[in-house]
Amino acid sequence: MVEMVTRPYASAFEAYATANPDVLCLSADLTSSCEIDGFRDRHPEQFISLGMAEQNMMSFAGGLGLAGYRPFLHSFGVFLYRRPYDQLIASVAYPRRKVRLMGFLPGITTPGGMTHQSIEDISVMRSIPNMTILETGDATEVESICEAADSIDGPVYCRVLRGSVPRLFDTPIKVGQMRELALGDDILVITSGIATEEALRARAALQSSGVSIRHLHINTIKPFGEEALLDHIGSVRKGVVVLENHVTEGGVGSLVAEIMADNGVGKKLVRLGLRDTYAHGGSRAYLMAYYGLDAAALVGGIEKLLGHSTGITEDQLTSTRIDAVHSAVKAEAL
Amino acid sequence: MQNSKTTEAVAAGIRKRVFEHAMRNNGGYLSQACSAAEQLAFLYNEALTLGDPTLPSIPKPFGGVPSASNPDYHTGAGYNGPFEPQNDRLFIAPAHYALVAYATLIEVGRMDAKGLEMFNKDGSSVEMIGAEHSPGMEVHNGTLGIGFSTGAGLAYGRKRRGDTGDVCVFMSDGEVQEGQTWEAVQAAAHHRIDNLWALMDVNDQQCDGAMDSVMEVGDIATKFTDFGAVCVEVDAHDLSALREARQTPHEGRPLIILARSSPTQGMKFLQKRFPRLHYVRFKSEEERAEMNISIAAELGIDPVDLTDGGH
Repeated sequence: MVEMVTRPYASAFEAYATANPDVLCLSADLTSSCEIDGFRDRHPEQFISLGMAEQNMMSFAGGLGLAGYRPFLHSFGVFLYRRPYDQLIASVAYPRRKVRLMGFLPGITTPGGMTHQSIEDISVMRSIPNMTILETGDATEVESICEAADSIDGPVYCRVLRGSVPRLFDTPIKVGQMRELALGDDILVITSGIATEEALRARAALQSSGVSIRHLHINTIKPFGEEALLDHIGSVRKGVVVLENHVTEGGVGSLVAEIMADNGVGKKLVRLGLRDTYAHGGSRAYLMAYYGLDAAALVGGIEKLLGHSTGITEDQLTSTRIDAVHSAVKAEAL
Repeated sequence: MQNSKTTEAVAAGIRKRVFEHAMRNNGGYLSQACSAAEQLAFLYNEALTLGDPTLPSIPKPFGGVPSASNPDYHTGAGYNGPFEPQNDRLFIAPAHYALVAYATLIEVGRMDAKGLEMFNKDGSSVEMIGAEHSPGMEVHNGTLGIGFSTGAGLAYGRKRRGDTGDVCVFMSDGEVQEGQTWEAVQAAAHHRIDNLWALMDVNDQQCDGAMDSVMEVGDIATKFTDFGAVCVEVDAHDLSALREARQTPHEGRPLIILARSSPTQGMKFLQKRFPRLHYVRFKSEEERAEMNISIAAELGIDPVDLTDGGH
């Protein structure tokens, strides 16, 4: 049974920010939704409320960066790039301000529907020069995201999980270092964020069906060192499957495809994610099943590469489901 | 730096330099020089506390954009003096006023006149739309409406550090059509950011023509006051009025000075072009010659020598 951690960001941010006086906490009217309400109440002198005005918040943060501060912007991921995109480029990314964009509710982890779901954020951020991208996949990564983000000499966008988060790992994020979760030699599975938990759900079933899986978890999406990935791709016989909580265009799947193409890697690649579609509002489990982002979808992708069925049934996946908690938790309120 | 000229003389010099440049280069941002000459002269020659320039008077060529692999990158802020706690900072929010701002730097001795010859030349840092690395520019403002927000953030940070210097944003009135301007003013007022002030060139002009024909903005003085700023309106060409406006108390609030200007001040000949004044091009050689004689006479100078090699 996996440990579930409640609001890991809240305590992690408070500990980090209070130890670093040049870190400022910025919020755009989603303070409790981003788990910084306790910080606001206990450290008001380090908290700046900027209201529902993300464009100003972004440029304001650029000005704070010019003054030598390291502002942490808190909002839903989607509000940190769609509305204030011009400001993100001109005030933050171009001048390489040390602005930390803490984007909550990545992808379909919100029931808020299209307006709240940052499904193309990685694609957008990957194409912005000077931007670094980190993504958290468990409670330990959330707990270490502040220090990891603040180590970046320039702007950084982070996909942050909130609420009840499973603990999958026991070591903090090391920027630029992928996690090797299995070292099999049939199929390379690459996951990031909540997709990693899904892949772990399928692990036992895949093992018992005789498929040898090599599994990598990516927490540093940009910049991305190719060498380790190429070694892993070279170590599997059948091909590569990427599963991500993002559209299949421009995300981790595209990143892997680009690296394979650039290096002339003649192996098959299956990219799983939202397939050129918006999502709608619903629970995370429902959305992951509906849009093919869950463990069953991953098994399907692996079978496509194998060229035959594994015989794995939904029941086997459900029986190994890590999060008894998740199924009991209602879709989180906004 | 010691003022070697009166502010009136600086303003006259700005118009002259921009006029000569436009004559030689088949057009330019003439109306911005007309409307803003006194304002930029006032800022650089007396209103702002700026240290001596830290960058060479002849601008270096374009040195690359900011990146992890460009450690020598720097902005053009050094022309406004070093980042020291007692110094003011200046953002030129309408980056298309760059030609006028460069002319100002020359007039106040912060840049060599050769800098203007590099204007809009490939490989030069003296860009047509002022970039972050252009002389006198401290941040990118070419996208209108972001300047006051950035200034507010910098001012908040400087106040928190205990710096005594202010942050000044030179703005244009077209920027009030951008929602971000109002977000910035309300945030500056909410956080009582009063080491921040703006001087806005209200020339009622924008790219498409007269502002009223493009998008009416109403009584912006009342709007700024309602959003929490202290706002005063003055004649942009009256230096004593600008001086008095700068002294307006604004404790706990940003100060916004609306400088009502004429886009043809000092070059009445341009009224023939009204309302398309954003960027003046010559329609013919005849017009160029006529403008050369007429405006030179208004400015009290000889017509610009337009023959080859005439500089």
